[in-house]
Amino acid sequence: MRRFSGFAVAREAMRAHKGWGRQWDSPEPRSSYDVIIVGAGGHGLATAYYLAKEHGITNVAVLEKGWLGGGNTGRNTTIIRSNYLYDESAGLYDHAVKLWEGLSQDLNYNVMYSPRGVMMLAHNVHDEQVLKRHIHANRLNGVDNEWLTPEQAGEYCPPLNISKGARYPVTGAALQRRGGTARHDAVAWGYARAASARGVHVIENCAVTGIRRSGNGQVTGVETTRGFIGAKKVGVVAAGHTSVLMEMADVRMPLESFPLQALVSEPVKPCFPCVVMSNSVHAYISQSDKGELVIGAGTDQYTSYSQTGGLHILKDTLEAICEMFPVFTRMKMLRSWGGIVDVTPDRSPIIARTPVPGLYVNCGWGTGGFKATPGSGHVFAHTIANDNPHPINEGFTLERFTTGRLIDEAAAAAVAH
Amino acid sequence: MTASTATQPNRVDGAGRLTPANPVRFSFDGDTYHGLAGDTLASALLANDIHLVGRSFKYHRPRGILTAGPEEPNALVGIARGAARRQPNVRATVQEIHDGLDATSQNRWPSLTADVGEVNDWMSPVFAAGFYYKTFMWPKKAWDTVYEPIIRRAAGLGVAPDQPDPDRYAARYAHCDVLVCGGGAAGLSAALAAAESGASVIVCDERAAPGGALAFETDARIDGQDGHRWATETAAKLAAMDNVRVLPRTTAFGYYAQNFVALAERLTDHLDEPAPSMARERLWQVRAKRVVIATGAIERHMVFANNDRPGIMLASAARHYLNHYGVLIGRTVGVYTANDSAYAAAFDLKRAGADIAVIADIRDTVDPALLEEAGRLGIRVLTHHAVVAAGGKLRVSSIVVRPCRGGSRQVIPVDALIMSAGWTPSVHLFSQSRGKLRFDEDGRRFLPGEYAQDCASAGACNGAANLAATVEEGLAAGEAAAKAARPKATAKPLSIKAESGGSWDGLMLGAGPNPEAGKVVKAFVDFQNDVTEKDIRLAVREGFHSIEHVKRFTTNGMATDQGKLSNMHGLAIAAEALDRPIPEVGLTTFRAPYTPVTFGTIVGHGRGALFDPTRRTPMHESHERAGAVFEDVGQWKRPWYYPRAGEDMAAAVNRECVTVRKSVGMFDASTLGKIEVVGPDAAAFLHLIYTNPFMKLGVGRLRYGIMCREDGFIYDDGVVGRIAEDRFHVTTTTGGAPRVLNHMEDYLQTEFPEMKVWLTSTSEQWAVIALQGPKAAEVLAPFVGGLDLSKEALPFMSVAEGTFAGVPMRLFRMSFAGEDGFEINVPGDYGRAAWDALHDKVAEAGGCAYGTETMHVLRAEKGYIIVGQDTDGTVTPHDAGLSWAVGKAKDDFVGIRGLKRPDLAGGGRRQLVGLRSKDGSTVLDEGAQIVADPNQPPPMDMIGWVSSSYWSDNCGGPIAMALVEGGFDRMGETLYVPMPDGVVEVEVRDTNFWNPDAESDNG
Ligand SMILES: Cc1cc2nc3c(=O)[nH]c(=O)nc-3n(C[C@H](O)[C@H](O)[C@H](O)COP(=O)(O)OP(=O)(O)OC[C@H]3O[C@@H](n4cnc5c(N)ncnc54)[C@H](O)[C@@H]3O)c2cc1C
Repeated sequence: MRRFSGFAVAREAMRAHKGWGRQWDSPEPRSSYDVIIVGAGGHGLATAYYLAKEHGITNVAVLEKGWLGGGNTGRNTTIIRSNYLYDESAGLYDHAVKLWEGLSQDLNYNVMYSPRGVMMLAHNVHDEQVLKRHIHANRLNGVDNEWLTPEQAGEYCPPLNISKGARYPVTGAALQRRGGTARHDAVAWGYARAASARGVHVIENCAVTGIRRSGNGQVTGVETTRGFIGAKKVGVVAAGHTSVLMEMADVRMPLESFPLQALVSEPVKPCFPCVVMSNSVHAYISQSDKGELVIGAGTDQYTSYSQTGGLHILKDTLEAICEMFPVFTRMKMLRSWGGIVDVTPDRSPIIARTPVPGLYVNCGWGTGGFKATPGSGHVFAHTIANDNPHPINEGFTLERFTTGRLIDEAAAAAVAH
Repeated sequence: MTASTATQPNRVDGAGRLTPANPVRFSFDGDTYHGLAGDTLASALLANDIHLVGRSFKYHRPRGILTAGPEEPNALVGIARGAARRQPNVRATVQEIHDGLDATSQNRWPSLTADVGEVNDWMSPVFAAGFYYKTFMWPKKAWDTVYEPIIRRAAGLGVAPDQPDPDRYAARYAHCDVLVCGGGAAGLSAALAAAESGASVIVCDERAAPGGALAFETDARIDGQDGHRWATETAAKLAAMDNVRVLPRTTAFGYYAQNFVALAERLTDHLDEPAPSMARERLWQVRAKRVVIATGAIERHMVFANNDRPGIMLASAARHYLNHYGVLIGRTVGVYTANDSAYAAAFDLKRAGADIAVIADIRDTVDPALLEEAGRLGIRVLTHHAVVAAGGKLRVSSIVVRPCRGGSRQVIPVDALIMSAGWTPSVHLFSQSRGKLRFDEDGRRFLPGEYAQDCASAGACNGAANLAATVEEGLAAGEAAAKAARPKATAKPLSIKAESGGSWDGLMLGAGPNPEAGKVVKAFVDFQNDVTEKDIRLAVREGFHSIEHVKRFTTNGMATDQGKLSNMHGLAIAAEALDRPIPEVGLTTFRAPYTPVTFGTIVGHGRGALFDPTRRTPMHESHERAGAVFEDVGQWKRPWYYPRAGEDMAAAVNRECVTVRKSVGMFDASTLGKIEVVGPDAAAFLHLIYTNPFMKLGVGRLRYGIMCREDGFIYDDGVVGRIAEDRFHVTTTTGGAPRVLNHMEDYLQTEFPEMKVWLTSTSEQWAVIALQGPKAAEVLAPFVGGLDLSKEALPFMSVAEGTFAGVPMRLFRMSFAGEDGFEINVPGDYGRAAWDALHDKVAEAGGCAYGTETMHVLRAEKGYIIVGQDTDGTVTPHDAGLSWAVGKAKDDFVGIRGLKRPDLAGGGRRQLVGLRSKDGSTVLDEGAQIVADPNQPPPMDMIGWVSSSYWSDNCGGPIAMALVEGGFDRMGETLYVPMPDGVVEVEVRDTNFWNPDAESDNG
């Protein structure tokens, strides 16, 4: 792998960048691999990278039905934070944030992790109770998260309307300063490049159409649009299409798939310094390095595999944005799109072995898995390599939905009295 | 260029359709100029010989006006109407001028002509596509502290508004038989054919005037007259028809499922002084039976070195400026083309007095008729020649022309260059409708292939060969659409003859022939984002082989014009570099909106008070008069507490709490959800929905019920009264009202469809007053008719129907405060009168009204839970200490299986207990976490959390409830609540804080 650096860029500049080679190879598939990862999103690519880097397993292929990073990884609003409620979640997401902090250097790829602070707004007593519960739990878990008054929130984010006359006035906020954003494409590309450099095959335009098992049920490989490829172990990391894939091995997943939309505005000069989220006035927003306001909407009400959602969802979202930031009504929506998110009953992911020997699954990230990408790949690689979970993902089993040992982050959205 | 004069040097006498008698004053970068009514900002600037209007995104290159329409990537300006009405990134080619229009160039400092940001252009060898992924990584901390802030300041275009928008935005919903998107020759023909067949028609066009390309095609003749005149008259005729709505300045920006199309109409941005009552923009949400897409085609630029210099523009744009606006864009004009249509432009410009320096055509053979006409006009045509570079910086000053396969260079002085690489059909809406595009090998373009919705494409967007075909397709599409929408109507087939001298043949995709390959030059594919041919090749070299990857790596097509000019060029260059056919490399997805739409348009009325409806109870005004402070609970405004003079919240709540327990208090409980459950199977249904048994609940009795989800966790709670054998009055939490109804309906329709049960929401039919305290019965008695309030006749937890001051009433004897108490239900319309009447008596008895905070404290004193506060979606009825409410003998209810799961049935669960601060004074923070060992380092082992916590005067100190691991077995234990400023010691106890020893008949 040719190392990237300011020096290398300057040198290439003198010869019209003719010297750059491919960032990742595009090899023909071998007849079999030690491990096949299905889905070249951030999580799948990160898994392959850590398999090679941490566990020395390099005979690995990542199979992608389209172009790598083209799923939710390339469609999300890139909010990163770790101020989750439960110990298991805080452990997992904070593991990820710690990896984010050195990821550009580790991958030798600038993923533009920018801890500019994530602020979550409270608009009523119930919101305050929920956010404070998070803050207290985070503090005891060693995760930063602090309470701001409306005035402090307004100072942290000047466009925010903190007027008491708003329909739902801001009554306070929880701020995680280490939270922020990163460049989604760079994450996929950086992992692909670094994994490829360690011998991993990243194979695009190769959809998995079946999962083959031997008589005793052990996984033996996958059928693909490019033929059968053998594998000792298969890890499915296919976000919204995970149920479809797991069905191929007769595993029924506790997942529902919904379209989730996002949009960006036209680019403008810096006007929005942080990330703001609100659960009650449902929307979230940040400004990209390019200058676009990046705005996330809610899921459509109905399950679907269609990547276009309805206009009314965007309308609801923009209403919420203009309610919180009345200065933005004249901003223009430039582009909108959707992704298919995989939602579990407790809104926490599944990173685990499955009842099928040799088959592993990493899914259920729903509307918020981008932030976990490095941590998720890291512990999933451990799980596959050792056929046993890492202590950090021990709780994120498939069985918890049978036993009831949920990690219910949906609790945060529990009902108001 | 500070001329502040009414003369417009580039305005040609006798050319164009604007009236010289209507001058309009506007300003650009602080200088005042004149244009004519009907000008766009671009045409007016060009009339004043101003080409330089902006700077590009990345390299800050000087940029001019490239197009005459919404596809403009370069000429973006800021428009201000006072300080609060600032609009960044306005396309000068779309913005109409009006008196006083105030425009400013963007992305430059200190001035447009001398922009410091230009260093980026000198640095451009370093700043190749994606360079930022490869650098700015050292030192580790420097990205977000040093590099990113610099990059962010350099990026972005205009400046975002920083004041609340004083403008209003409107919204309309509409249905029609036929929606026609586009008002050019095809669209107007379609609209006419559909309208004449009797269909209801909406036809919209993004421009101010109808006609589309007819605005510049002066050689077009339709129905025996000049094409543009035909368009104007046809639009007027349509507008006069009852069944037609013509919407100018209206962009169809999004095509959604089931022929749902969103239109953005701009109402005031072109007016001198819009009336304050006018909305600025309006969103139309149209559901059409059929849609005709007639969105035309967009001309492409040629890709060559320095093709971005001001003064270089599309041939059709130059023609548009001349033939419609009467503006000649240059005196000595070069032409660079691969397409016939540029010839017509050259001829028009020549006839208007410009000198055409040369026509360089990359093709070997050109239609002899065109060459002949050029000869007649004295224009030199160089076939098989390419423009390899443009000279000049703030304005093009020369072009370098060379034979395509090498040969001598000629440097030709020009002050403008017009170009055409052919036309790209506008298939955006078709593609948004999920239609599949097909690649037309001959025309090297994507055209509508397989349709996914009830729509048709007509005209240039459908690849129509010429004007005759365009009109024919339009008529046919309109007629077919009308027929499909109204099968019974009799169609009136129309036939309109159309012809045009112009041919649009010939094309170039990708970079022009370049005999000087190897030179370090900038040949722009995407102007605004500064993506060059080399960037695209670099992306391919680095392994970005999917067109989506190329787009993301180079940002080609991601600027505010969304690649209307650049996508096809970028695709062709990538395909060539990959040595793969274009359709195999694929096309990036077309995403809504077609052109950027303000948030205001999409939001419409949904701002401020109308952002979300405000729900008020019938008694709201009485609360206001009483000086209540309100709390937002969902959409409701609920009285939180009623402060008296000098009282703060704590004082008011303490007083209210004590008053209720000492004498009597009244509380507005109208927001509770209410559902009337009726039918022969009503009891059996509730028996399944609630964990409690319901079969044997007697008529006239109440029961507190808990409802679980399938997973066994508490979903909602409330009191249920049996009004008759087959009729129940169910109450839910305030927030739960719609959810619970849906939950019940869901089960009724999917799990228990055989049951005869009907559910009706009655939340707003009943106003509810909770009357609580030792004097409750005494205060209530005088109002009640037809009922005996004695405890024998109306015992605790019973319900009876009677009258309240003559008004029908359902009276519940129950309490959420642990007192003797009632919930008085009267029809909503009588709520206020009932409240006021009762309030007088309550006051006389020494009582008071109390708000939600007091209600919370009182119930906490009794240890009653609030769902959503003391439960969070992981709490079972057993965890909440409510095992008594789970019917032991029941063999089925929603959640019964969930409750049997090992983790729910096993030990170690968090259970609801009471806590008392050992210091007797600290009110714990709600949400605070509980540990057994306060001295451990983080991450600490948290065994629970505080769900409710209050100061209670009644109990003489702070009280709290908490969910604690194994809590029921920890009575008397000391636990710890670590706070930032120290640890609070707490003792675990039961949750019944108030009067725990008294024999309770009220609990
Ligand atoms: C609009 C939107 C906004 C979001 N915002 C945020 C946010 O702000 N913060 C945050 O943390 N998260 C956010 N998310 C969620 C986040 O994007 C995802 O959780 C995360 O990116 C998932 O990564 P992944 O690698 O698991 O999935 P993906 O990136 O979707 O990768 C799965 C891959 O599997 C491939 N695949 C599927 N089926 C097959 C098959 N049969 N054969 C081969 N390959 C297959 C797909 O093509 C895809 O490339 C958002 C999501 C969306 C849609």
